[in-house]
Amino acid sequence: MKKILALTLSLCLILGLAACGGSTDTTTAAPETTKAQDQTTAAPETTKAPETTKAPETTAAPAAKIKVGMVTDVGGVNDQSFNQTSWEGLQALAAEDSSFEVKYLESKTDADYQTNINTFIDDGYDLIICVGYMLADATKEAAEANPNQKFAIIDDSTCADLPNVACLMFAQEQASYLVGLVAGSVTKSKTVGYVQGMVSDTMNLFGIGYITGVLEVCPDAQVLQYNANNFGDIPGGNTAAKDMITKGADVIYHAAGGTGMGVINACDEAGIWAIGVDTDQSPLAPEHVITSAMKRVDVASQDISKAVKDGKFTAGVHLYDLSNGGVDLAPTRTHIPAEVLQLVEEKKAAIIAGQFKVPTTVDECPAFTLK
Amino acid sequence: MKKKRSVLEIISSVRFIHILLAIILGFMVGAIFLAVMGVSVGDAYGKLLDSVTTVKGLSYVIVYATPYILTGLSVAFSFKTGVFNIGAEGQFVVGSMAAAVTGILLKDLPKPALIPLCFIAAMLAGALWGIIVGTLKTKWGINEVLAMIMFNWIAFYLSNYIAGLPGIKNTGTAEATQTISENARTLLSKDVINQLGLAPTANWGILVAIAAMFLVWFIIEKTTLGYELKTVGSNRFAAEYGGIGVNRSILTALAISGALAGLGGALQLMGMGSRISIFSAQESFGFGGIVVALIGCSNPFGALAAGLFYGALTYGGSKLNLVGAPTQLISVIVGTVVFFIAISVIFERLGGGLRARRNAAARADKEKREAAKEPPVKAVQAPKGDGAAGPVNKNEGKEGEAK
Repeated sequence: MKKILALTLSLCLILGLAACGGSTDTTTAAPETTKAQDQTTAAPETTKAPETTKAPETTAAPAAKIKVGMVTDVGGVNDQSFNQTSWEGLQALAAEDSSFEVKYLESKTDADYQTNINTFIDDGYDLIICVGYMLADATKEAAEANPNQKFAIIDDSTCADLPNVACLMFAQEQASYLVGLVAGSVTKSKTVGYVQGMVSDTMNLFGIGYITGVLEVCPDAQVLQYNANNFGDIPGGNTAAKDMITKGADVIYHAAGGTGMGVINACDEAGIWAIGVDTDQSPLAPEHVITSAMKRVDVASQDISKAVKDGKFTAGVHLYDLSNGGVDLAPTRTHIPAEVLQLVEEKKAAIIAGQFKVPTTVDECPAFTLK
Repeated sequence: MKKKRSVLEIISSVRFIHILLAIILGFMVGAIFLAVMGVSVGDAYGKLLDSVTTVKGLSYVIVYATPYILTGLSVAFSFKTGVFNIGAEGQFVVGSMAAAVTGILLKDLPKPALIPLCFIAAMLAGALWGIIVGTLKTKWGINEVLAMIMFNWIAFYLSNYIAGLPGIKNTGTAEATQTISENARTLLSKDVINQLGLAPTANWGILVAIAAMFLVWFIIEKTTLGYELKTVGSNRFAAEYGGIGVNRSILTALAISGALAGLGGALQLMGMGSRISIFSAQESFGFGGIVVALIGCSNPFGALAAGLFYGALTYGGSKLNLVGAPTQLISVIVGTVVFFIAISVIFERLGGGLRARRNAAARADKEKREAAKEPPVKAVQAPKGDGAAGPVNKNEGKEGEAK
């Protein structure tokens, strides 16, 4: 009897594991391109092999390689967001310049950050790129303990005072402002939606920029706002979006990572516009993703890797904004009406020229109500 | 008589052999996946082995294993007492959060006071989480498995809520609690870590885990309480008939089980984590505990061994990315191991059937051989030979009838 109990329980567990596996499958299933990318990463390794066979030069060869290690946050490397983008950037870099050797380590829990960073330190990597502000504390600790190790961290500026950490920051409010202009221009119901992954100063920039943009072109628009408080809750995003659609929203922007997949699905089903974030999310729903607020994390990762190679690594804040192409509308622009695109380009030029500054604080944007 | 015992011995040792087999099969299935993905099996398993066989690697394994040993003990204890504690995940989370809140709010207390306080807070929180579910079960008959799965999520969101409260929330940009006080950390001293070249998070939590292991063994094997709990576990009606308070036993079992998982949460936080992030997904320390309990045969000592094994897989697995293999391989291996442990029960039965058949065949064979041997003997000792040959002849006769 006990054995049967144990058997059924284990089966339950296996089913449970299968169920858990299923949910990650849905996120990994989409980027089949990553398989191809894995193969491309395999390629440099095979080219590495001949080098090691050249026995006399083996000591010289590894020294010439610039080893770049990337530590993901708990989202994993296939998050269809900044982890994935920066890894794709690094892979592209390694593919075009064989003097780079790039690797990544995935973090499963918050406690893995330090372990993964230390793995790269122990293996003598030239640069360690920590993806996401969640790694700020771990990066700071490791950077202080290893002053000769170069680090880069994405989306965090709290490590800016350390002499060996480059903080790669993005002007997310600028890109969000531009997609806000698009949303405000194409809405017919004068009701737009916004789903945010979490309330924090960094995350609020997305909402503030977006709402400013919407209200600029459509001052009497209503912006429905929702804080999912989660970056991985696809059903939650879906429910929130459906709720907004019921209330009349016909454009919804998300800055919520995986939760946003649910938002885009809901918009796709209801036939309204969705706006993606971080990467060009048009492939997720080609008919209904009107645009995406792009953050060129890939470019930033490549830049800092090249800087290490050229000996030009500098610590402190590296700001990526409209002026250096660090943020922008996604390249897929077929759904955006020409006059809207023209408006966006004008505003972009104004921001770059310094004639207009997108607000960055909640006080400057009273319509932003998430807390 | 002697023969019977040796069969029993085989069966009792088979359990361990089955688990070893399941582990080997798990790695074999993992190898198939690696081969399909085009990753060198040698590279991947070599990396796995390399990374856990250095001094530093071993210290990491112990650090990673500590929470799993505790959740494994928690689940193993519940198995012994007839409830299935699938809620170790939630108990772990509330335990860890209770320790974090204690470690943040009382940060000025000295180490000898703060550390035990954190442990107690975590164990109380975990026990409370177990007792709530136990009460639902004993008062209203609500299935504890369902209630626990839901309580895992309640713990998850409760933890996220607490982590966002002012005074607890990180003062920087991170979506996490503040780092707990240095006085609440169980880390070894920096000198020891540097001298021995250990992991930066090397801590003495493992000693607490080992102490907990002996305590669990003692409770189960050497106390009246343990006897009662076990009796309820094997047959609650018989236990009730025997005068044991079944409901009280279930509550006690869940409280102890919950306290163990909660302590695991505290050890993880005070050893390696130092803060709790706002979760976007369950961190699965509790679910890992179920695996550990299964691999460890629900035995406290088994849980220690299985916990170390699981810790090694978790830590070694985190490095698989470096050789181009996905870390999810570990889930494949663990899933397969659990699967084969689960069906080892069937194997045992099949084995038992086979053995019975083989024994029968051997007996028949022996009889035949004896029968064949008999004739020459028979010539000398006629009476005895008749008796030995008799059954064989009878069988032949029966077969003839059946035809």
